[in-house]
Amino acid sequence: MSATQLEVRDISKRFPIGNALRRSHVHAVDDVSFELRPGTITALVGESGSGKSTVARLLARLHVPSSGSVLFEGSDVARVKRRRDVLRYRSQVQIIFQDPFDSLNPVKTVRHHVERPLRIHHVVPRSQVRERALELLDTVGLVPVEEAAAKYPHELSGGQRQRVAIARALAVEPAIVLADEPTSMLDVSIRIGILNLMLKLKDERGLSFLYVTHDLASARYVADEILVMYAGQIVERGPVEQVLEAPLHPYTRLLLAAVPDPAKKLHTERIEVRKGHASAAIDPPEGCRFGKRCPLAIDVCTHVTPALVEARPGQSARCHVTAPQPATERN
Amino acid sequence: MNTLMVEPASAPVRTDTLLELCGLTVEYGYGEKPVRAVDGIDLEIRQGEILGLAGESGCGKTTVANAVMQILRPPAHVVSGSVLFRGEDLVSKKTDELRRFRWRNVSMVFQSAMNALNPVMRVGDQFVDMMRAHERISKRRALAEAAEVLEFVGIERRRLRAYPHELSGGMRQRVIIAMALALKPELIIMDEPTTALDVVVQREILQQVEALKQNFGFAVLFITHDLSLLLEFADRIAIMYAGEIVESAPSADLAESPQHPYSQGLLESFPPLSGPRTRLTGILGAPPDLRDPPSGCRFHTRCPHCLPDQVELYRRQTTERPRLREAEPEHHVACHLVDGGGE
Repeated sequence: MSATQLEVRDISKRFPIGNALRRSHVHAVDDVSFELRPGTITALVGESGSGKSTVARLLARLHVPSSGSVLFEGSDVARVKRRRDVLRYRSQVQIIFQDPFDSLNPVKTVRHHVERPLRIHHVVPRSQVRERALELLDTVGLVPVEEAAAKYPHELSGGQRQRVAIARALAVEPAIVLADEPTSMLDVSIRIGILNLMLKLKDERGLSFLYVTHDLASARYVADEILVMYAGQIVERGPVEQVLEAPLHPYTRLLLAAVPDPAKKLHTERIEVRKGHASAAIDPPEGCRFGKRCPLAIDVCTHVTPALVEARPGQSARCHVTAPQPATERN
Repeated sequence: MNTLMVEPASAPVRTDTLLELCGLTVEYGYGEKPVRAVDGIDLEIRQGEILGLAGESGCGKTTVANAVMQILRPPAHVVSGSVLFRGEDLVSKKTDELRRFRWRNVSMVFQSAMNALNPVMRVGDQFVDMMRAHERISKRRALAEAAEVLEFVGIERRRLRAYPHELSGGMRQRVIIAMALALKPELIIMDEPTTALDVVVQREILQQVEALKQNFGFAVLFITHDLSLLLEFADRIAIMYAGEIVESAPSADLAESPQHPYSQGLLESFPPLSGPRTRLTGILGAPPDLRDPPSGCRFHTRCPHCLPDQVELYRRQTTERPRLREAEPEHHVACHLVDGGGE
């Protein structure tokens, strides 16, 4: 595979609310930067409303960024206007949605869903479309393929539907797949199968994934890198095992403490009941957005927004206490 | 301290069993091919305990909850078996008897309860409606009591005047839990109460449920597909598969030594948060279609220990239904592998 990569540079997305007289903005995504490298899975974790799905949608061109840019092979994705170029981008970057019950057309067979992108993008000659569709179903583990191809969405379980969605995304031979909570609607026993499929596609085809989730354990299972989002900002990033082993940001620590862990009993580690929330802020003032909930908060947190600082090799956090700015830069 | 403290049970109770399901069988539809969603299950809930009922979607766990509340809607109906609450069978009760029983004795927090509130009524009015449907109580008194339970679940009393859309998902869920608590029931059924919520909110709510349980002394039937949650939160766990209970045990036992291959598979479906990152397999295949359940052990189609070369065992696995029996004290399993252990 080529060195295709997607680079996200300081993107922000603000949604206007209110009326013409009292206009304010929800800062859904604020100054987010990261890159996707071939053959890696990057997990983007956070609570509902933290902006993680908006990031995936920005990358899929479903939203236009308010500022910043998404660079694909060096060119700005938002500026691509010509239909041919848009199609080309879409053939390289595909998205899978959370709800496999909503994302398939109920009156069309599985075959239709998988063949359609093959035709639209002219991936293979018309005569081979049928055959390629069956190959794709085989890749995602929907066997026997002929039988699966003839089924309608209502005849499939949630896990099978999600596999159809993945086969459809793979049809155009993308380099990058944006997976927006692909397992959260599925049964626990089925989830691992989808995660394993992602790992297989990464290993065998060098695909790169942005895995959007709120499940830290599954992020650790599949991902190489992790990005933790809180109220529209990335508050911590780094190699997934390192971050979850020794989190820097107090919010990452809170998230970790909240995950059910059979090894500990509920009452042994109580978490603080919330004061603020993870949702995108409306015209946020300066200062750390996690400040109100933070057990480590100090004076500076209330009026200076912390920057993302690399406090350990490869691991950065947005925190005045655990990842302070080097003294030289502050002055 | 306050009026919400649980009063000591007035009727003398012989055992600590609160609710007992005996051979409960529920079918959907009549005629040639009804779907048997719950097939002869036995289950016991004791006073003040949290019993977890875990299983995949479609395994019948919500049907069990609806049967306990006696709110099965046609075509669903109880075919046989009984639901004994303190020894009284609820299946044979009349509608108005059930109305008195519901919410005062057993209340329920529904799946996606966030959407269970009426969007055009203030929270307080919904409390008043519910309470006045079950108890003779003045509106003023009902509001005062509602305020008190709301504060118990960590919501300010001024929120009684709020409409549901003014509350976050977590707060709405808390309001629903407060409603379930309002008439001080002895048992609360919670059907996937936290599935739609974020981990942090989920943890807050579970902590509160546990604290409330200490205070009020109710028992909880907690239904979820998330076994990892139950291992931490429940006292005992029953695992359901295709309409049957395949294993039940105290949480710690189940975590340490699950006996049924299905329970083992479920436990292996959770990636760990620490330790080495190994590849997991989960459970292969999909849950069976209950319109046409597999013969013998219903799990045999997905069971890694069901192999044709072990002729005699294979024959039993594919033709005989394993019965739930006590493998160790308090630990029940329905599996031919465990059955055959003594032979």
